[in-house]
Amino acid sequence: MLRLEKLTKTYKTGDQALKQVDLEVPQGQVLALIGPSGAGKSTLIRCINRLVEPTGGAAWLGGVNLTALGQRALRRERRRMGMIFQEYALVERLTVMENVLSGRLGYVGFWRSFLRRFPQSDVDEAYRLLDRVGLLHMADKRADELSGGQRQRVGICRALIQNPALLLVDEPTASLDPKTSRQIMRLIVELCRERDLAAIINIHDVALAQMFVMRVIGLELGRIVFDGAPDALTPDVLTQIYGEEDWEATIQTVEEEEEEAGTA
Amino acid sequence: MSSSELDTLIGTRWKKPPFIRRVWLRSALVLGGFLYLVLAIASVEVNWSRVYEGLERGAAFVAAFTTPDFTTRAADIREGMLESIVMTVAASVVGILISIPIGLGAARNLAPLPVYLVCRGIIAVSRALQEIIVAILLVAIFGFGPLAGFLTLSFATIGFLSKLLAEDIESMDRAQAEAVRATGARWTQWINYGVQPQFMPRLIGLSMYRLDINFRESAILGLVGAGGIGATLNTAFDRYEFDTAAAILILIIVIVMALEYLSGIVRSRVQ
Amino acid sequence: MATRTLPDGTRTWRRFTPSQSVVRWMGWLIGVAVFVWCWNRISESTTWFFVWDAPRIAGDIISRATPPKWPYVNELWWPIWDTLNIATLGTLGSLVMAVPVAFLAARNTTPSRFLVRPVALLIIVSTRSINSLIWALLLIAIIGPGVFAGIVAIAIRSVGFCAKLLYEAIEEIEQTQVEAIAATGASRWQVMLYGIVPQIMPALAGIAVFRWDINIRESTVLGLVGAGGIGLQLSASLNVLAWAQVAVILLIILAAVGLGEWVSAKVRGAII
Repeated sequence: MLRLEKLTKTYKTGDQALKQVDLEVPQGQVLALIGPSGAGKSTLIRCINRLVEPTGGAAWLGGVNLTALGQRALRRERRRMGMIFQEYALVERLTVMENVLSGRLGYVGFWRSFLRRFPQSDVDEAYRLLDRVGLLHMADKRADELSGGQRQRVGICRALIQNPALLLVDEPTASLDPKTSRQIMRLIVELCRERDLAAIINIHDVALAQMFVMRVIGLELGRIVFDGAPDALTPDVLTQIYGEEDWEATIQTVEEEEEEAGTA
Repeated sequence: MSSSELDTLIGTRWKKPPFIRRVWLRSALVLGGFLYLVLAIASVEVNWSRVYEGLERGAAFVAAFTTPDFTTRAADIREGMLESIVMTVAASVVGILISIPIGLGAARNLAPLPVYLVCRGIIAVSRALQEIIVAILLVAIFGFGPLAGFLTLSFATIGFLSKLLAEDIESMDRAQAEAVRATGARWTQWINYGVQPQFMPRLIGLSMYRLDINFRESAILGLVGAGGIGATLNTAFDRYEFDTAAAILILIIVIVMALEYLSGIVRSRVQ
Repeated sequence: MATRTLPDGTRTWRRFTPSQSVVRWMGWLIGVAVFVWCWNRISESTTWFFVWDAPRIAGDIISRATPPKWPYVNELWWPIWDTLNIATLGTLGSLVMAVPVAFLAARNTTPSRFLVRPVALLIIVSTRSINSLIWALLLIAIIGPGVFAGIVAIAIRSVGFCAKLLYEAIEEIEQTQVEAIAATGASRWQVMLYGIVPQIMPALAGIAVFRWDINIRESTVLGLVGAGGIGLQLSASLNVLAWAQVAVILLIILAAVGLGEWVSAKVRGAII
């Protein structure tokens, strides 16, 4: 469904953030993108919906080459890609409802959005999504009154109301505590399953990635160095991605946690 | 719990909650604002035929900017500009020097109450009076000439700088100041080592900014006879000599831009 | 900072090296020389006889100004209303012009950094550099004396001020919030509406009230050059040396300025 062909990004400074990345994601697959800071995880995600312009290669979504689109066509395609951000990126001075409804901006005209007159079907869907993530009672609160986990839930609603085929998720748990992080990851994965969505999740927490996804991609210096199932992440692989470190502890904690989860 | 809540909400229209939630207050504000605007606009008398005639003069003025005339009144312009600059420099120096003790005195964490009240009083008076009004009074007292302008600008500088300085000192880092006091320093030493380093960069930045304002203000003091380029400019407008006026305005803009550029450099160096 | 060896062989600490000290002393010397020169020029063009006479004149003015001629207040209601209108309508007018200029001037929203932005910055610096009284002089020459000239003068003078503060606020917005809106497939204008405008609203409101406060002060003196408001009465009273009336007007101006400051502080407190 999503296919990257030799996707390349070279910044003006000469830094090569992505080196000819090839990747294929079938419908409904949730994959995690791991790698050290600066490996190009964020750039990869942003090159797909072109918040960052790729300098070479192609990205196909369905039958459309995203990298070749003009502004107008790009906006239409962006509606099919929901994005969830690190640090939530909610518009803080707007209400929760406005933030959720802003996911429909690609579908409604300027004046309707100016007057906040969204179609009733959009409003109903927003209510349903907020109910699904347990925030219906917060609908008219301002986004900056919410806690971190609550904000990220609103961010998820904003991405889902676009009715996307693909979710691009950039470090969804970066500023959350461990418990909330898991809840958010679980929510994302559940929602993807419910709606048969593909998702690319950038994440630096390897253990968390292993817990929730079916496929892991390891990125190092703009290249894919690992592609496989979560349990194939051996210390050797992690060393290749991140460099020398004692990896046994990381992997062990995951197993223990899984046992805990199993007994609970 | 939430699903019944959801059922009641589905199908209902959603409206952004209003900024002011109390209905009576919101409608009163909207109505009052609207009423005021109607009354205010209605009370402004505009002679549209006069305005229409004026458009031609306006175009002539804009055109004059492409052909500014620096030469016809070169001597007047040079004298006026020089006088403006002289007033600006002298008034800024004196103003800054006086505003430091007053600023220290107006900081509640440094000064005893009587000193504080006197200094705050001086600041309040200086800030409340427009430069041009002060200039009128000073011209009446000291006679025409740049002395009145110099005094006006100094006085205005004191109000401006002392207030900001005092606020800065009041919000300064107590720990640094206390550390110096803890060494057994005298009051003057304490100010010099514990307080001064904290406000100096900002004082320099603000002084540069005030220099800029003083120059702009000096351009109008001439209108009431307090020296500077204003008198020449006024004459030029009275005689519809737009090209001379344009020349003066261009000079003012260029000097202000130069001062802003300079203050940018100075500020980036001291911070 | 430097250490220096004294003649007796011990080393000591100095804040500056010798050459740094020389430069600093030269700087101070030049500064003092410039100031003395400036002062001399002022002194040359001053009639010192009048200055020595100043205390007596000041006393004379004060004695004529007291008590203020209170009944004169009744002639001032209309000019006060005009003054308020000049400030308010002028501020509104300036905001209408300043908002687009600010968007054109901010690095992150300008359509073109090399063509449009310099023009917007030029508008900002030129309207800011020129005092509202000068704008009033100019507008009176163009569209004739009256309140309207005052409103336009205030509006033009404030454009640069408001646009400068606003474009700085626009440049400081959080870019990720804008990105998030752009990622939903929103159009350019929708991104502005949902991503940028909510972030700058508090700044805009603060700037508007702050400038309105300043404009109240400025509009009180526009009448001196014929642009309407209470300044006209001030000018007329000064011309006939009616100091008791001048006193009344000055007190009213002070009250208006105080009121303006109070209102603006209240409103700003409510916004933030």
